[in-house]
Amino acid sequence: MKLESKAPQGPLGEKWTKHKFNVKLVNPANKRKYDVIVVGTGLAGASAAASLGELGYNVKAFCFQDSPRRAHSIAAQGGINAAKNYQNDGDSVYRLFYDTIKGGDYRAREANVHRLAEVSVNIIDQCVAQGVPFAREYGGTLANRSFGGAQVSRTFYARGQTGQQLLLGAYSALNRQIANGKVKMYTRSEMLDVVLVDGKARGIVVRNLITGKIESHSAHAVLLCTGGYGNVFFLSTNAKGSNVTAAWRAHKKGAFFGNPCYTQIHPTCIPVTGDHQSKLTLMSESLRNDGRVWVPKVAKPGLRAKDAASIAEDDRDYFLERKYPSFGNLVPRDVASRNAKYMCDEGRGVGQTGRAVFLDFADAIKRDGRNVIEAKYGNLFDMYKQITGDNPYEMPMMIYPAVHYTMGGLWVDYNLMTTVPGLYALGEANFSDHGANRLGASALMQGLADGYFVIPYTVGDYLAGMKAGEKISTDLPEFKEAEKQVNERIARLLSIKGKKTVDHLHRDLGHIMWEYCGMSRTDAGLRKAKGLIQDLKKEFWSNVNVLGGSSELNQELEKAMRVADFIELGELMVDDALNRTESCGGHFREESSTPDGEAQRKDDEFMYVAAWQYTGEDQPEVLHKEELIYETVKPTQRSYK
Amino acid sequence: MKITLKIWRQKNNTSKGAFKVYQHEHVSEDMSFLEMLDVLNNELVVKGEEPVAFDHDCREGICGMCSLYINGRPHGPQQTTTCQLHMRTFKDGETIVVEPWRAKAFPVVKDLVVDRTAFDRIQQAGGYVSVNTGGVPDGNAIPIPKKVADEAMDAAQCIGCGACVAACKNASAMLFTSAKISQLALLPQGQAERKERAEKMVAQMDAEGFGACTNTGACEAECPKGISLTNIARMNREYFMATLTSYEVQAKGDGA
Ligand SMILES: Cc1cc2nc3c(=O)[nH]c(=O)nc-3n(C[C@H](O)[C@H](O)[C@H](O)COP(=O)(O)OP(=O)(O)OC[C@H]3O[C@@H](n4cnc5c(N)ncnc54)[C@H](O)[C@@H]3O)c2cc1C
Ligand code: SF4
Ligand code: FES
Repeated sequence: MKLESKAPQGPLGEKWTKHKFNVKLVNPANKRKYDVIVVGTGLAGASAAASLGELGYNVKAFCFQDSPRRAHSIAAQGGINAAKNYQNDGDSVYRLFYDTIKGGDYRAREANVHRLAEVSVNIIDQCVAQGVPFAREYGGTLANRSFGGAQVSRTFYARGQTGQQLLLGAYSALNRQIANGKVKMYTRSEMLDVVLVDGKARGIVVRNLITGKIESHSAHAVLLCTGGYGNVFFLSTNAKGSNVTAAWRAHKKGAFFGNPCYTQIHPTCIPVTGDHQSKLTLMSESLRNDGRVWVPKVAKPGLRAKDAASIAEDDRDYFLERKYPSFGNLVPRDVASRNAKYMCDEGRGVGQTGRAVFLDFADAIKRDGRNVIEAKYGNLFDMYKQITGDNPYEMPMMIYPAVHYTMGGLWVDYNLMTTVPGLYALGEANFSDHGANRLGASALMQGLADGYFVIPYTVGDYLAGMKAGEKISTDLPEFKEAEKQVNERIARLLSIKGKKTVDHLHRDLGHIMWEYCGMSRTDAGLRKAKGLIQDLKKEFWSNVNVLGGSSELNQELEKAMRVADFIELGELMVDDALNRTESCGGHFREESSTPDGEAQRKDDEFMYVAAWQYTGEDQPEVLHKEELIYETVKPTQRSYK
Repeated sequence: MKITLKIWRQKNNTSKGAFKVYQHEHVSEDMSFLEMLDVLNNELVVKGEEPVAFDHDCREGICGMCSLYINGRPHGPQQTTTCQLHMRTFKDGETIVVEPWRAKAFPVVKDLVVDRTAFDRIQQAGGYVSVNTGGVPDGNAIPIPKKVADEAMDAAQCIGCGACVAACKNASAMLFTSAKISQLALLPQGQAERKERAEKMVAQMDAEGFGACTNTGACEAECPKGISLTNIARMNREYFMATLTSYEVQAKGDGA
């Protein structure tokens, strides 16, 4: 099967405009004859469901939390990018496009990224109109900041809670459609399968998490807006419930999985304190604007933050400043993360576990005064103190990298359709716009771009090709068969009654992924990981202990189903990482590095999207390649020296 | 640390619940409260006992999904969410009582999990600005003084956790409802529907069975996001003004 990106021909800047003109339209009076299922109500899902409801489609939306307002998007702190150029500092659609392509290490599709940059400006307008209280200047105009080392100030923010405010904006639009009867909302519902009829996605099977009832829903198209899969590592900055199940089920029904190995590791997170650790907390990237990262020159095992001051200036190694004099502490996320790991691997890490480095504000406080630092980072300092018990005004923070975002996801074409007709993927769940590495403040932008401004056009194009009102019944054998499989899977999980808890096995998976498929990957390590994951899969299906029944709220069962899918995904991530013998963005293969240890891309071999096709239980997946063609930008090797 | 836990166990919405006591021997002071429960749950599963159900997701104090009434206070002894509460706040050997939110409008689903969908229905009644996607003015075409934006943001920070309801002896949802009404009443974008919104949201709040406000201030004292009582005062003003000139009242007055 040849993968067609369906990116329109013509000059880059005109592709989206032309495409919007060329798509088929559904007549306004006919829209109510079409049903659309939206799974997920994060930024991508809530914006899509609201916008489609406004257009007149009948929407059914699903989420596993008790309210759509609680989707993982709520946790985003830093901000959202948009090429408004309100600051007159040289930003433009083209510059945002260019930065995103370059930041993604030339592994994203030009046409998609340009469209993203184009609609970014509309997103801000939309959110403002909804009443999102973005930060303002004294004159009443919108405030911006520079984020993640960008050369321009294009990031819009609402204190340290940008994701919350954007999501509550989308949630309010969604609520309006729920009140209007155009969206029917199903909370505490987990999608467990997608149903294909005549090769097209025509519905889903969900479990009502309170009653345990397995139900089917049919529609003319299905949108998966189910977020990223960082929790395959067990520990990540994602919310506890974030999972790959919806995407993975779709994958098993024929949707190709794009670039699964592309994972973003965030350098500034609060380190692990012990085996009880359940998730990792991000400390905003903005801290690196004023904090200096260091470890002692000579290993000092167990060095605590409160004793950091005892290390003389000459005995400290500000390793980012030393190795990257021009970017210093502001090098991109992957570079900062990898270098922290190297320091700890050398034994120079600090804290009880030795897996941490210092992020020190002493110089900034001396230079600007405590008040200035407090005004900038007060809430982050408080949060750090709340979690660790240490006061960062008096001693350095301890930080360590953690899994944060997954650039990989379901492969989609320019219309956001997966390889299954009628099945779409939006937001972090798709692989599309960030290439091998995402820029800070660009995930929120992508989620809302997909939901507010792309899908309303592209799904219409698909629906217009279907007969209006051609509804199908959930009594069809395709639905019954899918329900049967879901029920059998649940029964099987409950019957194992083994010795290990779901968390225990998930943690084991996380250790394997982090060790061998994390910040730095090697051929030997990945091969080892593959074997370990296959063993873990066997152990899971023979030794997991899931208590309770199927017809009740059963959180262990929910977790077990997600972990079963994570294990299978883990193996595919390893396959993808093995195949890609180059280093690019968040994917670092030790074998592919420059003499001084920096990432080395191999454009002549790997300028493609790896899209994997599921072929059957325990069968090797088949690799398909979408060649990436750079018509406008000329790829160069990143350098931050 | 070692602690004794007295936890409310209730099989489902229709069954009667009861406290059950657990000795927890493996508590570290670095654990969050929810991590402490995770460890307990894993030990229970290994022993073949059903784990305790509780709501949570982000574990960063922002999604509003975690709840828990700990030693008689929503989210426990500090003004944070339960997920941000750490065990170093407690003493070795302490007994900790853990209950679900108690309110008529928040029925218990199982153990410590309650149904807070009433909050969503209050928002659906009017917690929005009626604008469709597209066709909106440029973001900077609506200048908003910094002070106003900041005040709106203070109100907008509500995470919808329900601690205010749990803290209130009348189980009133005034703080929650007033936060949204305030945010949109302060901003120019919210003006067109200002009156209608206040009326509809308050009506829904009453219909859900939340109690009246008797100004004890318990909600503000327990709110993990510092939502202020001034929002309730503003909501009362908004509501009063709205009912004076209510669409319904006007319709009747016109004889239409
Ligand atoms: C701590 C943190 C900070 C961040 N900060 C920023 C930032 O400052 N700027 C930025 O641009 N990005 C940031 N990101 C990234 C960004 O928040 C996410 O990539 C983005 O919000 C994802 O949105 P989404 O709509 O795709 O998915 P999500 O918000 O994850 O929503 C997923 C939805 O799918 C539902 N769902 C999932 N599986 C199922 C299922 N099987 N059945 C039913 N429903 C299901 C969930 O209920 C939920 O509603 C941050 C991420 C983290 C973790
Ligand atoms: S007002 Fe405070 S306590 Fe009440 S729901 Fe909002 S954040 Fe929670
Ligand atoms: S789990 Fe999200 S606020 Fe506590």
